[in-house]
Amino acid sequence: MAFWIASSPHNHTQNETSALMRLVIYATIPGIFAQWYFFGWGNLIHIALAITTAIVAEFTVLSLRESPSHQHTIKKQIFDGSAVLTAVLIGISLPALAPWWISVIGAVFAIVVVKQLYGGLGYNLFNPAMAAYVMLLISFPLQMTSWQPPLELMNFDLGFTNSVYVIFTGFTTEGFSIEQLRVNVDGFTMATPLDTLKTNLTVGLTVGESMNNPVIGENFGIGWEWMNGAFLLGGLFLLAKKAIHWSIPFSFLASLFICSLIAFTISPDSSASTMFHWFNGACMLGAFFILTDPVSGATSIKGRIVFGALAGILVYIIRKFGGYPDAVAFSVLLCNMAGPLIDQYTRPRTYGHQVQNKSTGSNK
Amino acid sequence: MESIINRITRGHFWHFHGGIHPPQQKFLTKDKPIRNLPLPEQLILPIQQHIGQPGDLLVSVGDRVLKGQVLTKSKKPTNQSMVVPVHAPTSGIVTAIKNSVIAHPSGLSSLCIFIEPDGEDKWQERNICEYPELLTREQVIDKITSAGIAGMGGAGFPTHIKVNIQPEINYLIINAAECEPYITADDLLIREHSATILDGINILERLLTPHHILIGIEDNKPEAIKVLQQATADNPKIKVCVLPTKYPTGGEKQLIQVLTGQEVPSGVIPRKLGIVMQNIATCFAIADAVIFDTPLIRRVVTVSGQALDKPQNVWALLGTPINYLLEQCHYQNTGDTGQRNKSNVNANKHVIMGGPMMGFSLSTDQVPVVKITNCVLAPSKDEIPADNKEVECIRCGQCAEVCPAQLLPQELQWSAKAKDHQQLTKLNLADCIECGACAYVCPSQIPLVHYYRIAKAEMREQHVLHLQSEKAKTRFEARKVRLEKEKLARETKQKKAADARKAKMAENTPEASNAKSAVAAALARVKAKKAKAASLQPEEKLAEKATLEKDELQADKKSQVAAAIARAKAKKLAAKASASKLSDAETEAPTETSGEKPETDTPKVKTSETEASQAKASQTKASQPKEVIPKESVHKTNNYKKLKIAAAIAKAKAKKAQKLAEQNQSENSDELPQNKAETSLNEKAEAAQAKKIKDDEKAKRIAAAVAKAKAAKAKRQEQQNKQNQQEAE
Repeated sequence: MAFWIASSPHNHTQNETSALMRLVIYATIPGIFAQWYFFGWGNLIHIALAITTAIVAEFTVLSLRESPSHQHTIKKQIFDGSAVLTAVLIGISLPALAPWWISVIGAVFAIVVVKQLYGGLGYNLFNPAMAAYVMLLISFPLQMTSWQPPLELMNFDLGFTNSVYVIFTGFTTEGFSIEQLRVNVDGFTMATPLDTLKTNLTVGLTVGESMNNPVIGENFGIGWEWMNGAFLLGGLFLLAKKAIHWSIPFSFLASLFICSLIAFTISPDSSASTMFHWFNGACMLGAFFILTDPVSGATSIKGRIVFGALAGILVYIIRKFGGYPDAVAFSVLLCNMAGPLIDQYTRPRTYGHQVQNKSTGSNK
Repeated sequence: MESIINRITRGHFWHFHGGIHPPQQKFLTKDKPIRNLPLPEQLILPIQQHIGQPGDLLVSVGDRVLKGQVLTKSKKPTNQSMVVPVHAPTSGIVTAIKNSVIAHPSGLSSLCIFIEPDGEDKWQERNICEYPELLTREQVIDKITSAGIAGMGGAGFPTHIKVNIQPEINYLIINAAECEPYITADDLLIREHSATILDGINILERLLTPHHILIGIEDNKPEAIKVLQQATADNPKIKVCVLPTKYPTGGEKQLIQVLTGQEVPSGVIPRKLGIVMQNIATCFAIADAVIFDTPLIRRVVTVSGQALDKPQNVWALLGTPINYLLEQCHYQNTGDTGQRNKSNVNANKHVIMGGPMMGFSLSTDQVPVVKITNCVLAPSKDEIPADNKEVECIRCGQCAEVCPAQLLPQELQWSAKAKDHQQLTKLNLADCIECGACAYVCPSQIPLVHYYRIAKAEMREQHVLHLQSEKAKTRFEARKVRLEKEKLARETKQKKAADARKAKMAENTPEASNAKSAVAAALARVKAKKAKAASLQPEEKLAEKATLEKDELQADKKSQVAAAIARAKAKKLAAKASASKLSDAETEAPTETSGEKPETDTPKVKTSETEASQAKASQTKASQPKEVIPKESVHKTNNYKKLKIAAAIAKAKAKKAQKLAEQNQSENSDELPQNKAETSLNEKAEAAQAKKIKDDEKAKRIAAAVAKAKAAKAKRQEQQNKQNQQEAE
């Protein structure tokens, strides 16, 4: 009798990469819900567009790469969740009323160039979603900075149909353009809280005065604070499920906190508070969903702490001194580049190596 | 030191990095007693079941053996060698001794002794030793050695080596962790035989005299812990250390770290830290061997898995085929083996020897139980799916988090796939204990350990090749240097001889030549006499011892050389007198003798290849002078030369063989092929020597005769020359 031969270990956790990806996608739901609640349908439409595009792009590239006999592996790879997750992250991070081709170009770029041209899952140097975001931001600055204000501040009612119309034609059913939609009752174009703060500081206003801006509302920004809170919730869910490691979110948030705290202590008039930084922009999304992407990050725990801390510092520096109001995408890309280097210098000490001193020490 | 013991007493242990908690599945077997099985129809005993060398067979096909009878044995003094004997597990007849599939991951075949039990189960005579305390240390070690005990935890290291340690031992650690899922063999053994185990521990205590004895056991075996605590209550040296359940706590290095907080440095054995570890089943076997004179012929095997209706621990005789065990435990898939053999259904059947984490799949169910078999696992398809769902690594780093050796499994995996051996060495692949924790947690289902095993094997192979090429290189270099030296020596000698010849030519007067030839003739006569005298006492010489032979041979050689010189001189005179153009003989004769010397004296070891070329070289060298030898003696001299050469070669070979043997010993390499080469070389050398002695007799006689003839001829020629000269004048 001959038997099936396999290599040890024979048993295995039921963990699978696809299950992990699915879990991460589920964890974005609270954040997406908050986004929908405060900013309307725009991002959901972009998410749907990006997912469709990403799957088509993934299928096309995999068909080119794999021989037809590997049909089942293609199917498996398409639905391993990684492409969908990338698309979801792109959809979340785009301005809600950006034109449709923004998310399509973004998704194609993320899947084809950043992921598949580098070798597919596991081989990409950069986080596909963030690389696509940065590419879009640099190539199409106008569309990528036309942030939609929270629904409650808008003069117009923006339902699902209007969102679809704006995204696909640039105008609502009543014929208003995106620019008109962004104007508030006083005739000023509304921006994101981070943007507002940055602009106000350049025109000589203090942080305290900026906080009175209607966009910011009572705390740190209408809608944005809740969105970040929801992503934090999703992130904690992932931590509880052990889908991600605590090291990167912890070190990222800690370093951002410390940087902003130092600046706030030194000059409270020109620096925003720690919580303003935590609950604005893509902070929580970056901390729990983007920086934790294992493929483009550091691998060891020590390395991940360094990685997260570096990202936090970069986010703060770019937000404070850079030309862009938010900085998560840029700092993620910069950290991706530093990832292999960090890994190189944070190798753990192998058991039984350089142990001489320690063992004699414990002997005595 | 005290603090460690204090900590242990308080139940505070250290931690090792990583580790996993796979489903235990011990419930399948842990509540059933160890079952005794009826005798199987056939026993298959691999002659090697341990790390080291197999012993030599003591039985042959058709022999009737008794239970406990030793079947293989080491040639060398047993206490030091890595040979572990095997014994007949029951009485019966040896039906075959042939290669058969053994318990090895690769499905390797190895020499096995097939025994057909006669059903009587008749013991050989046993001497039960009631008071093992009265035995000396050596006696105990002897008993352990002859009982064929090898580490029963999985590695199979010969126990007699491990207990025969002189340096101070701080901790004797008894490994009862049994961290692999499913396995309960040690658990049950402790519960049923704690007294014998304690006897074994006491014997080990006497042998090793450790300061502390720590029994490491995971907390998932409450009954066994209780039994052990009761049994060891009156020995304050023994501490039962209840450890949290975590795989792989039972790994040697991990258990040492958990219990003592010390890390075993890479490439160092725990003994260097004053720590010795023994498996608890080995302790039982030691007690069995020392007290009851029972060699290691059976062991507890956990037969488990959901494909069995009655999973249970059994006492399995070594050599019991796995299919018998499965049958006894009601394997659901047996029965219609014949049909299944052809179908594909069978390919999905999966039987594992060892636990699910580190065990290996068996290629057939004819594999026998051996000394290291602690578990036979027959999982159902749902339990352990047999498909490979490997996808690409996403660098999640979970493997690095669970690695008990703190390696970077994901980086190792890339380097292993890329065959980057340098990087693998840098990442300390050698420190991987192949526990499988990384592959267990991998969400991409990459069989990481499999890749490491392949890479390790490749690196081992390359290392061997590298060593071989290095050896060949040094050999080649040495040869080149030697040849260069010889060439130089030859050249200087030739130059000297040429100068001498020229000088002599300058004073080539008839008076001088006359005087010289007279002296030479006298000399040749004396030499011839001596040679004759030497050849007159052959019988006594033969009776003399081998050590004396050497001197004697040298004496022989001297006489031969002398004869040759005389001959050459005579020839030279003749030649000189006639025309002096044949005087090359003078130059060649000394070169011949000196050419042989460096060869026999070279201290370097040469292979037979270089030897052969050497011999050829010297032969050609030696055969050069024959051109100038007068025709009538050509034949004789040729024979004589050949014999001499043969003698010289044989001598050189003997010397080389001796040196080779010495070197082999100093290198401490016990590889079989080398040994074989060594012995065959020795035999060759002996044969050659024997032949040489005979030949030497002949050679001496011939030499004497030739010398005489030469002398006479020289005289004649001299006279002729004189006449010629006179005529010319």
